[in-house]
Amino acid sequence: MTTPSIKVAPEAAVKPADKGESLFKRHVASFFQSWSAVVGLFVLVTLVIAAFTAPWFAPQNPYDLATLSIMDNMLPPGETLDTGVVAILGTDELGRDMFSAILYGLRVSLIVGASSVLFAAMIGASVGVLAAYAGGRIETFLMRVVDLQLSFPSILVALVLLAVFGRGVDKVVIALIIVQWAYYARTVRGSALVEKRREYIEAARCLALPKSRVVFRHLLPNCLPPLIVVATVQIANAIALESTLSFLGVGVPVTEPSLGMLIANGYRYLLSGNYWISTFPGVALVIVIVAINLVGDRLRDVLNPRLSR
Amino acid sequence: MLVYLIRRIGQSLLVVAVMATLVFLAIFAVGDPVAILANPEADQRELDAITARLGLDRPMYEQFGIFVWNALQGDLGRSFVYAEPATQVILQRLPATLELAFVGLLFSILIGIPLGVIAGLKPDSFFGRSIMSTSILGFSLPNFWVGLMLILIFAVQLRWLPASGRGETVNVLGVQLALFTANGWAHLILPAITLALYKAALVIRIAQAGTRDVILQDYIRFARAKGLSYRRIVGVHVLKNMMIPVVTVLGLELGSMIAFAVVTETVFAYPGMGKLLIDSINRLDRPVIVAYLMMTVIIFVVINLVVDLLYAAIDPRVRLSEAKG
Repeated sequence: MTTPSIKVAPEAAVKPADKGESLFKRHVASFFQSWSAVVGLFVLVTLVIAAFTAPWFAPQNPYDLATLSIMDNMLPPGETLDTGVVAILGTDELGRDMFSAILYGLRVSLIVGASSVLFAAMIGASVGVLAAYAGGRIETFLMRVVDLQLSFPSILVALVLLAVFGRGVDKVVIALIIVQWAYYARTVRGSALVEKRREYIEAARCLALPKSRVVFRHLLPNCLPPLIVVATVQIANAIALESTLSFLGVGVPVTEPSLGMLIANGYRYLLSGNYWISTFPGVALVIVIVAINLVGDRLRDVLNPRLSR
Repeated sequence: MLVYLIRRIGQSLLVVAVMATLVFLAIFAVGDPVAILANPEADQRELDAITARLGLDRPMYEQFGIFVWNALQGDLGRSFVYAEPATQVILQRLPATLELAFVGLLFSILIGIPLGVIAGLKPDSFFGRSIMSTSILGFSLPNFWVGLMLILIFAVQLRWLPASGRGETVNVLGVQLALFTANGWAHLILPAITLALYKAALVIRIAQAGTRDVILQDYIRFARAKGLSYRRIVGVHVLKNMMIPVVTVLGLELGSMIAFAVVTETVFAYPGMGKLLIDSINRLDRPVIVAYLMMTVIIFVVINLVVDLLYAAIDPRVRLSEAKG
């Protein structure tokens, strides 16, 4: 499910580095040259902060069933709740304020997306860099496993894994790690194959450093830029995948509704015209995914070695 | 070529065998089907009878042996729910899913190629740029949510199209097809668009890149120099040459269309293989899940094999390096 990388690099030439200006600063400056990426980053940061500070400013705690009033159920957007709060996005069948539910759901989605990507990237990067460094049969075997994994669509593999594991946030994260690690393994192996022929690796070997130190301290850090790009885009994919699985009824449990779960809840009421329960969590989901993709797109250009080296 | 062919087919068979083992082991771990199927008030004797009938009282390796032996004969067990052979239950739904996947593929080509070519011919125009940014949206929109919004707009608000189910079918050579009735098409349009959206964004990207590439070639300049009309240059010379990568990618994507049909079919309550899979997971109908997975594995392995063999036929370097390694 990766966004295909068929893309023409923008002509915007990166200025030659001034003396004393670090590579990092140059990358940051180059990132901020694209206004769509800046908007994406701004939206993303705002949403992350909003999701994690929700308990302090959300009108309601959607997990605390005692504060919900069943009399408030299925109110269209803009109605006032029993507690005097205005439900700007309406309420669901339990009388939950959708705005609060979306903020809390966003938190679940972001945690699942980011943590699965973090672990999958760590596992995949280790496998990829080891395969590239070891070569021979080990490399052939590891890459065959990667090919096998990637020849099946991630949605199907995750669906089957969760059918076996059962529901739960931790289980969804594990399933997402299993379907994603192969992307990173392939990406990192590709760059490690190039990097391992460079002089600094030879120098490290000549110093008779232990193999693990050469691989993880010298080789791996230099393979990170493409990994960062893939990981950013994969967070969006992981969030989309998680919401799809929750929609299909094999994802997160009902007690911790993610955005996908909220959409699934509204599905039943869609045909009777109660559009707001499914629509607004979906809009939130789309905004998150688009914002991440905009940032990832720009990172791809900024970290592209053809432009910066 | 023969060495390559034999090696490649051997690999494919190995993949099928590995997947069969994994699938069996994985599904074996799902809950207790007897507890699900039996009447809650059934006594122990009844439960034992059900267990014996399903072969669940044997040791696991024996169950696996029976599974492999039967699978080789095309028998993947009887559905607990439908009381019919699992493969038959799935094959009944196969036409509906294939119909959906092919119409989805057709839509993604009809949407993607014209837009991609326009964006490729005028990459810096406002129209071209907005097509490309919209295609990012195509990648970002969650498939199932798009389906819900289409239902909301076209079925609930406008009441133009039905929200769920499959339309009237006509028996064509023993296969039930909905492609020949107006009602069938009405039911097919929304799910097919939902399924096509992601692929359409992909086609736009490839078509745009391909067109930008082709337009700079010498034969296009030559065609211009010959005084051919713009329409003929674009319609024949550009289109023909940019189609090669599009066709390759779409061939590979057909398999993932069938996988994604799981989501689309659930949203539209469309009675295909995908909805059957979700229903079977919820009811723990193990034989159907196993049969579905095995059939999907075989479909994917066959698609990958055909694509690889075609590549090898076109590019001799592939088969030489494979035959050595």
